[in-house]
Amino acid sequence: MGRYFSRKLLIYALTFVVAVTINWLIPRFMPGDPVSAMVARAGLQSPEGVAAMREYYTGLFGFDVPVWQQYLNFWGGLLSGDLGVSLWAFPQPVTSIIMAAVPYTLGLLIPAILLSWWAGNKFGAYAARKKVLDNTVLPIWYVLTATPYMWLAILLAWALGKVAGLFPVGRSFSASLRPDWSWLFISDLISHWFLPFLSLFLVAFGGWAIGMRNLIIYELEADYSHYLGSLGAPSRLVRRYAFRNALLPQVTGLALQLGVIVGGAVVTEIVFDYRGLGYLVLEAIKASDFFLLQGIFLFIVIGVLVANFIIDIVYVLVDPRTRAGMGGGA
Amino acid sequence: MSEVDGSAPEPAAVPGVATVHGTGVRREALYFALRNRKLVGGLAVVVAFLLAAIVGPWFVTEDPLTYVGPPAAGPSGSYWLGTTTFGQDVWAQFLYGLRATFFVGSVAALIAGVIGMVVGFTAGYRGGLVDEVLNMITNVVLVLPVLAVLMIIAAYLEVRSIEVQAVIIGLFSWPWVARAVRAQTLSLRSREFVDLARLSGLPVRRIIFREIAPNMASYLFMVFILLFGGSVLFAATLDFIGLGPTDGISLGLMLNHAKQWSAMNLGLWWWFIPPGLGITVIVGSLYIMNVGLDEVFNPKLREM
Amino acid sequence: MLKVEDLRVYYRSLRGDVQALDGVSFSLADKEIMGLVGESGCGKSTLGKSLIRLDGRMRHVGGSAELDGETLPIADDARMNEFRFRKVSVIPQYAMSALNPTRRIGRMVRELVESRGIRFPTVRAELDRRLALVGLDQDVLERFPIELSGGMKQRMVMVISTLLNPSLLIADEVTSALDVSTQKAVATALAGFRDHDLVRSMIVITHDVSLVYQIADTIMVMYAGKLAEKAATDVIVSRPKHPYTQLLISALPEVGVRYDGKRLVGIPGSPPSLRPAPTGCRFRDRCPLAFDKCAEQPPFVEVEPGHSVACWKAS
Repeated sequence: MGRYFSRKLLIYALTFVVAVTINWLIPRFMPGDPVSAMVARAGLQSPEGVAAMREYYTGLFGFDVPVWQQYLNFWGGLLSGDLGVSLWAFPQPVTSIIMAAVPYTLGLLIPAILLSWWAGNKFGAYAARKKVLDNTVLPIWYVLTATPYMWLAILLAWALGKVAGLFPVGRSFSASLRPDWSWLFISDLISHWFLPFLSLFLVAFGGWAIGMRNLIIYELEADYSHYLGSLGAPSRLVRRYAFRNALLPQVTGLALQLGVIVGGAVVTEIVFDYRGLGYLVLEAIKASDFFLLQGIFLFIVIGVLVANFIIDIVYVLVDPRTRAGMGGGA
Repeated sequence: MSEVDGSAPEPAAVPGVATVHGTGVRREALYFALRNRKLVGGLAVVVAFLLAAIVGPWFVTEDPLTYVGPPAAGPSGSYWLGTTTFGQDVWAQFLYGLRATFFVGSVAALIAGVIGMVVGFTAGYRGGLVDEVLNMITNVVLVLPVLAVLMIIAAYLEVRSIEVQAVIIGLFSWPWVARAVRAQTLSLRSREFVDLARLSGLPVRRIIFREIAPNMASYLFMVFILLFGGSVLFAATLDFIGLGPTDGISLGLMLNHAKQWSAMNLGLWWWFIPPGLGITVIVGSLYIMNVGLDEVFNPKLREM
Repeated sequence: MLKVEDLRVYYRSLRGDVQALDGVSFSLADKEIMGLVGESGCGKSTLGKSLIRLDGRMRHVGGSAELDGETLPIADDARMNEFRFRKVSVIPQYAMSALNPTRRIGRMVRELVESRGIRFPTVRAELDRRLALVGLDQDVLERFPIELSGGMKQRMVMVISTLLNPSLLIADEVTSALDVSTQKAVATALAGFRDHDLVRSMIVITHDVSLVYQIADTIMVMYAGKLAEKAATDVIVSRPKHPYTQLLISALPEVGVRYDGKRLVGIPGSPPSLRPAPTGCRFRDRCPLAFDKCAEQPPFVEVEPGHSVACWKAS
């Protein structure tokens, strides 16, 4: 067990180092004088902004010290929690802007991921049982997974928001309200939350349902299923085993899909002007605010790594073989 | 237990393997292929869009970004899909956008496919330290959130062409291919016909390309389709958040423009529905085609 | 007491039916262990499966099987369920992977038994006794299949399959995945089940004549979907009448003696395609004794008490 987790942690640590290195390296590939180029591209109006940016980049690149020292300095700043100052929302530090946005993104992502996974698995297993249902519903699921997140978001916003007027579109809550614990605010928050959530949920749902349907069919052809069938076990029992065993690769699949779903959340937020990380991404790109963009990048990487580790722990909990194999080294 | 996926079946990977040997099996596969509704239907749709992408742009304006018609006009005889708020022809943009979509999809899938296969084959065939190192690299790139990486790279590029976009997507989409190919190679490596080749002194490269690869051909074809679909979606996402090609047009950029100029609020549905629908139908048809292929190559899934 | 009458089971395939089992009749006495041998594709596994569970591509075309006076509803999967496990049971070819990998073995057995409407405590003591019989510790029930060796899994499956004292046990290539020393132990354990009266009769399917020689009372030889010969084990080995059996036996180094480097003589040629099956004797093309009459299908007849052969030259 220790070996399993330490191996995983090593991979995650390496990934983090790679991500930070990408962050450090990429501005260096810019042709010409990177500082001037970047200041020019940012096109800031305020002189303080220009000065701050110039100072930050000069410090960041630290041209007077050797390359390895520049790299270490970069890590030093990072580890002390300093991601620089945002140009888009000058002079707020990047970290605090991101921290303010993270709850909204997590509020969308976590329910969308968990519910789509749960519902997709249930429906997928159900469809694998019914030939007729399988043939009608499977193409719909394939179309759902093929849908670009932002397009479904646009469709929902247009059809249910603009045309039908069922839900408000734009921002995380009405501009006229202040966040508090009143019923008015909470219901407003939920009504703004629902459509982005639904759009994330639907696209992800299709993928899980297809995965589960295929895995169940595969498990029902497995030797242990045939053996149980030969001993006259009712198909209820066989299916229960198959479902349970098919869930395990779906847990692994969850880890693999995280990056894609996070990307989906970014564009969905953009469509709905939902004030999470995705909204910041768009604003940062529009304002050429590279500090903010790099900060968001690191946040997403860290979030995905943490989620991966949680999934690893869950996997060990649900798959008895990993625990059983730990002792014997299977 | 060193690797979780060693004991659990890889979702689509394991059932997809077909060991194709001899013309009889091949003819049987063709027989099933032509009778598989999912495969034939999906292929027909994809080919139709491909033709539109290749031929279509010749029949519309040369530059789909020029202002040609009345602003914000609905679909009509002269502008089949209406116009944008600036009076650009949406149909023309759509056709050019399709071209970009197929280009990015194929180039990125090709790059990712080649990297994935080389890494996977090498790791699976060589084993030992080589495997250890390649596996580590694969796992690292696998957990990196691809879109975030693409975002950071694209943001720093001052001039972005669709070629560059295709390359960077390809460079970061290969890990799952490498993993799947490695697993397949491991299982094929132990079969006797590979032993035979090894005993007769064939070089590694020959064994991989002559003995192992043909047995995985059907599987690799399906991998290519999945990579294509994934790359198209990645490209559309990048375009949408404003990191698409700095000139030209693509389906993702159309969505980006539509969002940027409030097509949704103005009710210009003909502006934002076609590009998204195009992507969905192409990628969806490819996925359904893949199911059909899986049934053709894997007799267990065939309907009797 | 098993009585099989003119059983026909075909495989569905694109270019027509494969006549995998084409009119097979035999009977199996109580306490009898019958070895069922033949080349792969001869229909021996199909016969075994038809008596317990047809797989998706098999179709029952005709004939019947009767066990202890009751007709087995071979073609009716749902009605057949009542017989499975209680009356007919199987030790499958894939015993290594027959156990659900994510359940503790004891829990799986409990759930299986209870799904058949039997309260687990009523069989618990018997289960422990039988584990001891095959030399397994009781605590295997607390383990996952991955923690057991191949031989242990094999024995575990034997215990599970025979738990309800079936009338008929079908052991399908049970030893092919095991090494030689374990093979022998498994074969002995199988005979032990019969001797302890846990199983009334047994069909041991194998391509390895020397294995069934040790434990079988009778041997039945199949060729290309039809029966070739059935007789007591020593008769089959010492005085086989069907040319195919003769070649099969002479291909063995020496039954009961370890193979000592002498080259095995294979039977030249290969079995005919069964899609559709040729007319006449199916062994004709490979048979050294074939003559004109062989264009007609020879009947499977008793040439002396307990010895039946399907060959024109034998009678």
